[in-house]
Amino acid sequence: MMSRTDQRLRPWSERGHAGPHRIEENLMAKYLLLKHYRGAPAPVNDVPMDRWTEEEISAHFQYMRDFAARLEGTGEFVDGQALSPEGTFVRYDGEGRPPVTDGPFAETKDLIAGWMVVDVDTYERAVELAGELSAAPGAGGEPIHEWLEVRPFLTEPPTVTE
Amino acid sequence: MTSMDEHRLRTLTPSVIGILVRRGADFAAAEDAVQEALVEAVRLWAAEPPRDPKGWLVTVAWRKFLDAARSDASRRRREELVEDQPAPGPGASVDDTLQLYFLCAHPSLTPASAVALTLRAVGGLTTRQIAQAYLVPEATMAQRISRAKRTVADVRFDQPGDVATVLRVLYLVFNEGYSGDVDLAAEAIRLTRQLAAVIDHEEVAGLLALMLLHHARRSARTRPDGSLVPLMQQDRSLWDTRLIAEGVDILQAALARDRIGEFQAQAAVAALHADARTAEETDWVQIVEWYDELVRLTDNPVVRLNRAVAVGEADGPRAGLAALAELDETLPRHVAVAAYLHERDGDVATAARLYAEAARQAPNLQERDHLTRQAARLNAGPLG
Repeated sequence: MMSRTDQRLRPWSERGHAGPHRIEENLMAKYLLLKHYRGAPAPVNDVPMDRWTEEEISAHFQYMRDFAARLEGTGEFVDGQALSPEGTFVRYDGEGRPPVTDGPFAETKDLIAGWMVVDVDTYERAVELAGELSAAPGAGGEPIHEWLEVRPFLTEPPTVTE
Repeated sequence: MTSMDEHRLRTLTPSVIGILVRRGADFAAAEDAVQEALVEAVRLWAAEPPRDPKGWLVTVAWRKFLDAARSDASRRRREELVEDQPAPGPGASVDDTLQLYFLCAHPSLTPASAVALTLRAVGGLTTRQIAQAYLVPEATMAQRISRAKRTVADVRFDQPGDVATVLRVLYLVFNEGYSGDVDLAAEAIRLTRQLAAVIDHEEVAGLLALMLLHHARRSARTRPDGSLVPLMQQDRSLWDTRLIAEGVDILQAALARDRIGEFQAQAAVAALHADARTAEETDWVQIVEWYDELVRLTDNPVVRLNRAVAVGEADGPRAGLAALAELDETLPRHVAVAAYLHERDGDVATAARLYAEAARQAPNLQERDHLTRQAARLNAGPLG
């Protein structure tokens, strides 16, 4: 039934043209902005929080709340959570046995402090937001410049695949 | 209320918004009022649907609009305005459905805002349903929609719009996949059908055909465990022949008008696949020609990548690899295509290595799993 369509292939300049629009796969994409207790390179303003003044701590958390509220206002906020640094490693230990627990391991290189999930138009926007989050104030009210890890979420496959 | 009634109810959304706007409501307030009326309709109509659903919606939405205008002191001026309007009578004879499509896909909106606004104001979905479909909190989606409404607040309602931007929005909704409670692919088809009913345009038909032809293969695309089945391995008896026949008919009628466009060309590729009773019967030569057409129309690198696959089938894997060599290696799925063509060329070791690399780069879980299985299959050797 489509075998006649090849006769219709003519130079495109002879045809009407619906205008250039890109074939795009997906819309917005979700990114994880990952904050580390350990494992990321040292921040510029590298003073631990227990050496800040109380006002500096309050200012820091206020900045984080304002940041999340602003992202909700722009329609880009998905989630934000903080994790306790104390964790336990758990593994299966065979049929009928309770799982083995171990740790915490002081020497573990990577330790996640928390995350924010954003839903944004572009990768560049995710990087821009991570940069702003990294500017949260620390000791002396100065930006911490901490390193945040930006990780794209895996998505649903697109409907149109060929 | 059955889902069929709910569909019919949602179909009325754009024209009811249009009537409120013509009576003097601004778009944002009209849209809010109609949403509230829809919610009430879902609640009340279950017991007894009204004889004139559209008239009911107009009356209730108008009352909601007046209530909102009155309760908002800062809107006092508009209240005076609306009090001067004639009492709500039967719906205006003009159908503003098309205007709603244009407004919600206005070029000043980002694609994501246009999609959200279209699903709400044209599709009649609730903010919660849209938020669930896109896996974001309801508050976030509500903000996205109200920002979108502010962006188009000064756009004149009767301003002519661009069909191409509307089609792009509908294509994005369709392509978002099958996640969530709301079936976005089915919703995109419904909205494209509704658009095709109010405007005679060959690319609207092309997009509708494209959607129907892809939707027809839906149940063959995934196994019960959710893993992907590549087109060439799909059980073609699972394809929906009714949707395929409809898609091909719509496409043929569009092509006969001889105003080719991107969506007609994409639909032609889909139709050629749908037309093959077995994978081996696929007319790859003609598919390559349609990809050539698409390259001319869009000059899109993703199209060139798909073209390389088709060339590999039409003229052999070496030709496919030669076509692939001309493309940017950082393109999404470039490595996956290279792996496939190397396997077809008999270079199993290279293919296995590239499949594993492609799996690491895959943008979604299903593709990653699929590519990992391909690597594992080749690594297990000829008996694996």
